Amino acid sequence: MFKAFLIKYAEIGIKGKNRYVFEDALISQIHHALKNVDGKFQVTKEQGRVYVEPEGAFDYEETVDALKRVFGIAEICPVMICQDRGFEALAEDLLRYVDHVYPEKNRTFKMHVRRARKSYPGTSMSLNADLGERVLRAYPEMKVDVHHPDILLVVEIRERIYIYSETIPGPGGMPVGTNGKAMLLLSGGIDSPVAGYMIAKRGVQIDAVYFHAPPYTSERAKQKVVDLARLVARYSGPIHLHVVNFTDIQLYIYDQCPHDELTIIMRRYMMRIAEEIGKANKCLALITGESIGQVASQTVQSLAATNEVCTMPVFRPVIGFDKQEIIDIAYKINTYETSIEPYEDCCTIFVAKHPVTKPNVQVIRRSEQKLQEKIDDMVKTAVETAEVIRIH
Amino acid sequence: MMEVYLDNSATTRCRPQVRDVVVKTMMEDYGNPSSMHKKGVEAEQYVKQAAREIARTLKVDPKEIYFTSGGTESNNWALIGTALANQRRGRHIVTTRIEHPAVSAPAQFLERQGFSVTWLDVDKNGRVSPEAVEEAVGPETILVSVMYVNNEIGAVEPVEEIGRRIKGKNPGTYFHVDAIQAYGKYLIRPRKMKIDLLSASGHKIHGPKGTGFLYAGQQVKLFPYIYGGGQQQGMRSGTDNVPGAAGLGEAARLAYGDLDEAVSRMRELKNYFVQELGAMEQVTVHGLTGEDSAPHIVSASFAGVRSEVLLHTLEDRGIYVSAGSACSTHKKNQSPTLTAIGLPAALRESAVRFSFSDETTREELDYTLTVLREVLPMLRRYARK
Repeated sequence: MFKAFLIKYAEIGIKGKNRYVFEDALISQIHHALKNVDGKFQVTKEQGRVYVEPEGAFDYEETVDALKRVFGIAEICPVMICQDRGFEALAEDLLRYVDHVYPEKNRTFKMHVRRARKSYPGTSMSLNADLGERVLRAYPEMKVDVHHPDILLVVEIRERIYIYSETIPGPGGMPVGTNGKAMLLLSGGIDSPVAGYMIAKRGVQIDAVYFHAPPYTSERAKQKVVDLARLVARYSGPIHLHVVNFTDIQLYIYDQCPHDELTIIMRRYMMRIAEEIGKANKCLALITGESIGQVASQTVQSLAATNEVCTMPVFRPVIGFDKQEIIDIAYKINTYETSIEPYEDCCTIFVAKHPVTKPNVQVIRRSEQKLQEKIDDMVKTAVETAEVIRIH
Repeated sequence: MMEVYLDNSATTRCRPQVRDVVVKTMMEDYGNPSSMHKKGVEAEQYVKQAAREIARTLKVDPKEIYFTSGGTESNNWALIGTALANQRRGRHIVTTRIEHPAVSAPAQFLERQGFSVTWLDVDKNGRVSPEAVEEAVGPETILVSVMYVNNEIGAVEPVEEIGRRIKGKNPGTYFHVDAIQAYGKYLIRPRKMKIDLLSASGHKIHGPKGTGFLYAGQQVKLFPYIYGGGQQQGMRSGTDNVPGAAGLGEAARLAYGDLDEAVSRMRELKNYFVQELGAMEQVTVHGLTGEDSAPHIVSASFAGVRSEVLLHTLEDRGIYVSAGSACSTHKKNQSPTLTAIGLPAALRESAVRFSFSDETTREELDYTLTVLREVLPMLRRYARK
C-alpha cells in the first residue's frame, strides 16, 4: 500500500539561500541511514519536499526506524503515490487507502486537498467536497468534522498524486554535516554519549577522543567506549574515535602534583589534548558530558579551572540536567545499558578520597609548573601516538 | 615476547588429537546418530565410544554418562532434576558457601520455589567439615552438593568422608559433586565414594567448549532437564553433539592416560611457585598449598595492588591470569570463596589466581616470577590514596 515516505523538515525550511545545503545534507544523511535497511530506495527532492521511494520490496518497520534517527526530519508521512488517471481513479485510490489504513471506520475525518498543480481540473474547495462525499457514501459510519477530525486526509496533487493521513514524529534537529565538526570527550559513562547525541542533533559532525590508561583501565573498558561510539554513530553518522594512551601523563601528575588536585590537573590535560587532536581534525569545538555539581570535578569552580585551558568553545549540552534527565535520554538512544557496564575509567583510578571541589586556578597553575620538565613532550607523544578507530 | 598462559582453570587449550576427532566428525562422519542409515550408525559409534571412555575413567557404567553443554548445565540439571523428581520425599538441600555460581544459583532458584537450602560455612582454608554436613542432613534432605576442588583457591573437599557420613545419616539422600576443577586431575570413584551425581566440563581438560557430562548413577531418580526427541535415553533431548562428545571422550582418555605423571609435574611446579611467591614481600598465598590442595591452582594477594591492574600489567608482558575478585570498584564482590574464608576486603581486591596445566613449564613460571618482582614495586608506588 505505502509506496513511499514524505519527509517533512522543520527548521531547514527557514534557512533562506542556504536551504539547498541543508536539503542536500538531509538527503545524504537519509541515504546513509538507509544503507543497511532491506530494500533499495530513491531519495528525491521536489518543491521543498523530500520523498523516500522504495524500489520494490522493503521492510516498512525497519525503514521507519532508520528514518527516525535522521536529524533534520520533523515528520515522516507514509504516503500512497498514484498516477493521475482522472478523478474517478483518484476517488477509488482514496477509498482503498482509507479502507486499508482505517479498518475501524467509526471515526471523524476532514478532507484536505492541495492543488499544487494548478492545471488540475476543479478547485481545492470543490475537490474537498467531491472526495469527501465519495468517502461518506462508501463508508457511512464515517463522519465529517472540520474542527477536530480524528483523521486528516491529505491529497496533494502534483506531477503525481500523494495520499496520506498519518505522521510519525522524527527526531527533529538539523542534518548532520550542516554545522561543522566537534570533538567529543567520550568516557564510557552515561553522560558523554548523551552529550554527543545532543550536539549531533544540531547538525554537528562528531569525532571522539577516549583516554585509555593501561594497565589501570582494561581493554574491555576501551571496547565499551567503542561500543558506545557505535551507538552514537547510529544517529551522528561515522565517528573517528581517537584513543589516547594517557598512562604516562597520569603517573607523572601523580608523582609531581598534590594528590587532591590530581583529577582537576588531569582533566586540564585531557582538554588540552582533545583540543590538539580536534584542531588537527578540523574540529571547531569540544563537547563534554559535564553537568554542574555532579562530581568534584564538575563544580562550577572545577569547570572554570578546566575550561581555562581551552581556546575552542566547549559545548556542555547536559550542563543543567539532573542525572535522571540524562539517564532518560540515554535510555531513549539505547546507550544506557552499555554505559553502566562496570569497567573503571581513567578518571577514577587514582581519584583522591577528598579531591578539591573549589580549585583555585592560581594554585592549580602553580602545581602544573612542577610538570614543566617533561609534560610538553608527553602531550606531544600522546597526541602523535593516538590510535584512530573508524566507526560507521 | 614469551606467552605464558596461567589461566587453565578458566579454560585450556584444545589438544591436537581432540581437534582431529572433532574435525573428523564434522567433515567426514557427520551423520545424525538418530538417523536410521549408515551415516547415522557411524556417528552413533563416536558417542558410544566417548561414553565408554569416560565411564572407564570413573569405573561406572557408560549408560550412566549423559552428555551436556558443559559444567553449568550438568550442575543445573543435577540440582533441579533431583529436586523436582524427589520433592515428595523431602524439600531440603545442603550445600556450601563456596560453590561455583553454577551450583549456588540453581540452589537459590530452588529456594525461591519453596525448597529449603542449608549453606554450610568453610574453614579458613576453604574446607567444609564432614561433621557439619552430617549434622545438616536430616530425614527431609534429598540432596547434598559439594564441590570437589574449589575453583578460586584450589581447596580440596573431603568428598569421600562426606559421602560416607551422608549415607550413614540418611541413605536416601543423594550426593552431588561438582568435579569441574577436579575431573582430569584426580582419580574419582563415584561408587566407592558414595557419589550419586557428578558434573564435569570438557574445556577444562583440553577438550572443546560447550561440552560436559553428568554422571548420574542408575539408582538416582532424576527428571530430564531438556525435553524433546528423546535422545540419551530420554533424559537429555537434542541432537547428539557428536563432535563435542567425541572430543570430550578423547580429552578424557588423554587426561587419564598419564594422570599420575601430569599431576606430579604440576604439583612440583606449584610447590616451586608457592615457595617463590612466599619469599616475596607483602604476598599472601591463600588456602592450603601442600598435597592436600589442588595441584594446579595458586591464589595469592599482592597487598596494595588491585588485582585488575596486576592482571593487565602481566597481560602486557604476555602472562595471562585471573583476577581473584571483582573486576571493578563499581561492582560488588563477586568472589564467594575469598569472602567465605574470611579474607579482608583489601586482600580480596588484590587477589590473583594462577592456574596451571600439564603444558605449563618451569621456564614460564620463572619468567612470571621475574616479571612480578619487576612490576610490583612500580605498581605499589601508584596506589590509590
